[in-house]
Amino acid sequence: MVCEAWTAKLDTYLDGELPEQEMRAFDAHVRSCPSCSADALARVQMKRTIQTCGKRFTPSAEFRKRVQQSIAPKPQHSFSLGWVLASAAVVIAMVAVLTSTYVGTRSDRDLESRDRVFSEIADLHVATLASSSPVDVVSTDRHTVKPWFQGKIPFAFNLPELQNTEFSLLGGRMTYLDQTPGAHLIYDVRKHHISVFVFQERSLPLKSPASLGENSLSPKNLPFNMETWSQGGLRYFVIGDASAPDIDSLAKLFKAAS
Amino acid sequence: MPHFERLYNFACWLTQDRQEAEDLVQETYAKALKGFSSFQPGTNFRAWIYKILRNTFLTSRTGLKATATIPLDLEGDDETFPAIKETPESILLQRADGQLVQRALEQLPVAYREVLLLCEVEEMSYQEISATLAIPMGTVMSRLSRARRALRDSLRLRFQAG
Repeated sequence: MVCEAWTAKLDTYLDGELPEQEMRAFDAHVRSCPSCSADALARVQMKRTIQTCGKRFTPSAEFRKRVQQSIAPKPQHSFSLGWVLASAAVVIAMVAVLTSTYVGTRSDRDLESRDRVFSEIADLHVATLASSSPVDVVSTDRHTVKPWFQGKIPFAFNLPELQNTEFSLLGGRMTYLDQTPGAHLIYDVRKHHISVFVFQERSLPLKSPASLGENSLSPKNLPFNMETWSQGGLRYFVIGDASAPDIDSLAKLFKAAS
Repeated sequence: MPHFERLYNFACWLTQDRQEAEDLVQETYAKALKGFSSFQPGTNFRAWIYKILRNTFLTSRTGLKATATIPLDLEGDDETFPAIKETPESILLQRADGQLVQRALEQLPVAYREVLLLCEVEEMSYQEISATLAIPMGTVMSRLSRARRALRDSLRLRFQAG
């Protein structure tokens, strides 16, 4: 029979488990075939009947309470002196171990969070350049860009004078690093785009911001040159695919302006 | 407690005894709590907890009895089924009232009953059913197909018997 192939898959169709294309073909067939549509209707009714009569048993409130109590954490009430002393010894030993581990791994963790900050900065740089409108304030004039940030970020900073340099300012935008607001400026040098990020150092998600360092870097796994430093309570990051000397020149201009 | 009411309903259908269902659900939550570390985040929690309940049932006295007396799968799972053309009579059967369907479901072998309940009542996808019952997707489909046919046959007999 013509419909045999369809009938064999009718239940799978009604369970919504056929591939999308087949589902569409089935929809069309069921609509045009009286025999299959009657069959489908009967099966749907059957599904509904099973669904209704399958939801049959309801747990009692007492049973619910009993299970809740049985899986709730049980408070400990009875203590003996021996247990107290033993527990105290264990706690002291654990504190000692944790303290030594903490001291031992603190520098490792700082390094980890430093790498994470660098990686976030690189992401912000790439994501912004990929955007169709990378800057919110489009201006080559630092006297336009700087006031634009007024009232948007909780600090002020100076932009360098670029006359007689190869750098040009493309504009700026607000940015966020771990929910900390900051300024993001984009510069151009010989068709390379360089991002400059400025944040309040104390707001950065690091226990010791000094761990970010004070010099030029090529952070691990990042295909960019980067320079970072701290000045007047602000943390600067200069990042881009321009050469390290270009990054360094722009960083020096900023250092001189601040 | 996630899925508490649904798990209890499913447990009642498996055990067909309210007291046993309560024990089964209680044991399931205790096991889930104890073995929560074995749950892999990102995987299906519902399938995971139903699987615990079902495995607990299968190793219970009632579960062992149910699976020992009725073979899980008489036919091979890869078997393809000939298309059954629904006759007006069978269409009428499918409109059978709830009580008739309920009794027919109760009488189904546990392997058919559980797969139908997971699909129709719990509205699980084939993939979820596959994870819950620890069987391949193809087996889910063929078992569902057989379960539906068994239910239809049972209804037909009941209907004829009046």
